[in-house]
This record gives sequence, structure tokens and C-alpha cells, in this order.
Amino acid sequence: MIASKVAPISERTSESTVNRNNDWYFRKPVSSKIKYGIPVSLILGWELVVSLSILDSRYLPAPSHIFQALLVAVSSGQLLADMQISLYRILTGFILGAAPGLVVGLLIGFIPFMRMFIQPILLAIRPIPKLALLPLLIIVMGIGEASKITLIMLGVFFPVAINSASGVLNLHQQYIDVARNYGASKYQFIKTVAIPGSLPTLCAGIKIGFADALLLIVAAEMIGANSGIGYRVWMAYSIFDMRMMFVSFIMMAGLGIASTMIIRFMEKRLIPWNK
Amino acid sequence: MQVEKIRIEQLRKQFVKKNKMVEAFHSISLQIKDGEFVSIVGPSGCGKTTLLRVIAGLELPTSGTMHIQHHDSNQPLNAMVFQEHSIFPWMTVRENIAYGLTMRKVPPSIKKSIVDHYLLKINMVNFAESYPHQLSGGMKQRVSVARAFANDPEILLMDEPFTALDEQNRLLIQQELLKIWEENQKTVVFITHSIEEAILLSDRIIMMSAHPGTLIAEYEIPFPRPRKIEEIRSSTFYKNMFNEIWMQLKEEVEKSRSMEGMLPI
Repeated sequence: MIASKVAPISERTSESTVNRNNDWYFRKPVSSKIKYGIPVSLILGWELVVSLSILDSRYLPAPSHIFQALLVAVSSGQLLADMQISLYRILTGFILGAAPGLVVGLLIGFIPFMRMFIQPILLAIRPIPKLALLPLLIIVMGIGEASKITLIMLGVFFPVAINSASGVLNLHQQYIDVARNYGASKYQFIKTVAIPGSLPTLCAGIKIGFADALLLIVAAEMIGANSGIGYRVWMAYSIFDMRMMFVSFIMMAGLGIASTMIIRFMEKRLIPWNK
Repeated sequence: MQVEKIRIEQLRKQFVKKNKMVEAFHSISLQIKDGEFVSIVGPSGCGKTTLLRVIAGLELPTSGTMHIQHHDSNQPLNAMVFQEHSIFPWMTVRENIAYGLTMRKVPPSIKKSIVDHYLLKINMVNFAESYPHQLSGGMKQRVSVARAFANDPEILLMDEPFTALDEQNRLLIQQELLKIWEENQKTVVFITHSIEEAILLSDRIIMMSAHPGTLIAEYEIPFPRPRKIEEIRSSTFYKNMFNEIWMQLKEEVEKSRSMEGMLPI
């Protein structure tokens, strides 16, 4: 009698294979038709809306026109030249900022005296938006490459320094105890515990630093430059070339995605134990 | 083997917490023989972990004396097995087990053969190159135990190593520990809050009082070795022993419960 109220076993199992646990409501897998269909139809809709003159193509050029402009920019070599100079500024500033950032961070982390000495200075300067320093840098260094690279350097230095310090300072006490209990020397401790243990936090700092670098380069090139992706946007604004402006947006998106992918790849190689 | 290994006299540990002196334990006197397996049980917060850390040399006692016989200065004196999260996530299982040997700069060929031996002992040969995040909780603790044994210390200190494991895994790992230990009979100081675990594994159980901890009772566990966990658990002697210890421990746990909220830890 009781059994009759329960669904036959075969029926229940077939149901449970269809509704697996992870299919519940917002975990439902989306078909790839929808996944790729949405962006494609958005672009098609955009094209349609502009070509029907519902939106003014002077302000919002049609995707097909942007694509044409993109091809022109690629074939004329202008796009590559802009990318190159911006990347040069970003990478130089990044290396010049990350390397001392790492050193200062480790000093803060390992040497209590340094922590007392540097940390207050660091914490006082960090909240200043680095972009605000650009006028000062231009006055001191002129409008050339130095001011832009220094700006990026500053933008990268702080997150890297602060994260590498907190990576060391937040090492799990248990790991320190294990190293002591197994007789690790100071050097062995740094090599086998402190450095690998703080790598994930350090990598997070590098990611933040790189994101800041992208932000700063665009702003810096808008103000004082005659080349680069930021300059290109400002140029497009000045001569009201909306297609060029959108081409620049695409470049920036590409640059952002590419750098994220590269950093993620390096992170996987460097920190294989991180899930 | 009746040689004395650890002698502790009138040991006391105090520390400062929120500008107040707090006593972790006091008046602890204790002798542990070479090759003896001693468990320390007591209500939580009684200072048993602190006592173990003092024996390990990770903390200094406030007063009292502690003398540990170090037979061979080429061998490490002690190795500790921690509660959990103590194996390094950035090292493979092999590197983790070898940690003590690496720190002592043991030649790679010897290191490899020792690690291989313990990989086999803990049934994890196929996981030698895995990282801890790929392992279950039980496997991680097996690695932690193997790391301590591989370092070949004169004393093993274990701080509730199996507490976080589920019962099935705990029973298996206890049996594995017995097997490895019975081979080389090192001196072991084992902290646990499980009476059952203490009876199954040890030669002697020492009970600590509620906070501030001190020694209040001692029980000899006469089961012959090698031990079979199932046989011991089903014996009447075990049940009587369990009850006897529990009746006494219960009092201490109740005391410690009535002090809850006043506890500094």
C-alpha cells in the first residue's frame, strides 16, 4: 500500500539522470546556440538599427563601417604602430614598477624594522589616484616618454608591493611551525615556504597592477602624447572620427583580453598547485 | 626498553592575552620511557596542545624543567604531526614527505628510497606527484604522518592528527599508524580528545584537568602488540576501560563547560 505511493524505481532514476543536481535553476547549462547567438544578434541588430537611421550613424557608426575602418587601420600599419608604442610604455613601466615593488614588499614582509619604516609611507601615498600625479610628472620630466612610463611604474609599484608584503605576512602559522619543527634554516624557510606560500597573493597584486597600467596608459596618452591607443581615442574625438574611436575601443578590449590570458597562463605555470 | 626519554618537572606555561596573564598549564611532572606510546587526553582548552608545543620546542615554558634524552645528534630529536592543513600545498606528495630530509640535506638517492618506502606504507605510490588539493582529507593526514616518520626523529609528537577525519578513514589510518609504529617503536606523545583512539593506540594515557590544565590521572593500557583494532574494540576490558576513563573525563568536561565564556582560548 505504501509502496504504491512511490514512483517505480525505473521512472525515478530516469528522472534523476535528467535533472542532475547542478542543473538546478541558475546552474542550468545554456546551449551554445544561445551563447554565441546573443552577441551575434546584438551586432546584427546594431547594424540594422543604424542602417534604418533609427540611430544617428554620425554618433554610432554601423559595425560594418567600424570593421572597414579597422581593416584600413591594420593595412596602413597605424594600428600596429599605436599598439607597439602603448605596449612599450606599459611593459617598461610595468617591469620598472613591479621589480622594486616586489623587493620593497618582501622587505616589509620579512624585516620588522623595514615594516615600521616603509609601511606608513606606503599607506599614505597609496590612496592618491596615480593619475593625479601626471601633471606633476609632466612638469618635472617633460612631455616625453619618461613621464608616461613613470606614471605606469607608480601605478604598478603599489599593488605589487602591498600584495607581496601581505603574502608574506599572512602566511599560515601552521606552515611556519612545520618549517621550524623540521629544522629549516632562515634561507630554507624563505625558499621552501615564504616565497611559494606568498606567490598566489603576489600574483593577484600583479594582476591588479597590470589592470591599472592599462587604465593609466590610456589616460596618460590622451593628455600628453602623439602616439598610442589613448592618443588615438583623443584624436578621434578632436576630429570627430567616430569610426576611429570605435576601432580604438576594439584594440583596447583586445589588449585587455590578451593580457589577461597571458597572465593567467603564466600563473598556471608558476603556481601549478592552485586550483 | 625502560630507558627514560622525556622527563618533565613542575612545568608551567603562562602567556599574555589581552593584557592578562593566562595560565595554559601548571605543575606538570611526567616521565616518558624510550619507545613508549603515550596519549594525553583532556577537555578542550586544557592546554594539551600548548604542552605538546613546549615539548616540540616551538614554545618555551614559563617555569619548570624539561629534559629530553637525545641519543644520536645526527638524527632529529622530534617531528610533529599537526591537526590539519599542515602539508604544503605548493609541494607534491613526494616533496612533502621528503621535507625533513631536504632540510637536513640528505643525499637525493637515500632520500628517494626513504620516501618510496613510506609512499608504499601509506598506500599512496600512485599519488607521489599529486598536489595536496587533489587529495582527500585522509590522504593529506597520511602524508603528514609519513613526513614525520620519514624524517626518522627520536620522538614523534602528534596533535590530534585524525580529529578532522570521518570515522571510516580514522579507523584505517589508526591501523596504519599502529603498523608503522610497531615496526620501529619510536617514543610517541599523542594528543587526542578521543578516549577510544587513546586506548587503541597507546601504552599509557595521561589525563589533564579542565583549564588551567594539570595532570590528574594515568592509565596503563595492557593490550599486547601488535594490536588489532577490531579485536580490542570488541573486548570487555576495552569497554570497562573506556567507561572508567570517561567517568573521570566527564567531570572535567563539565567543569570546562561551566567555565565557557570565561575561557581565554
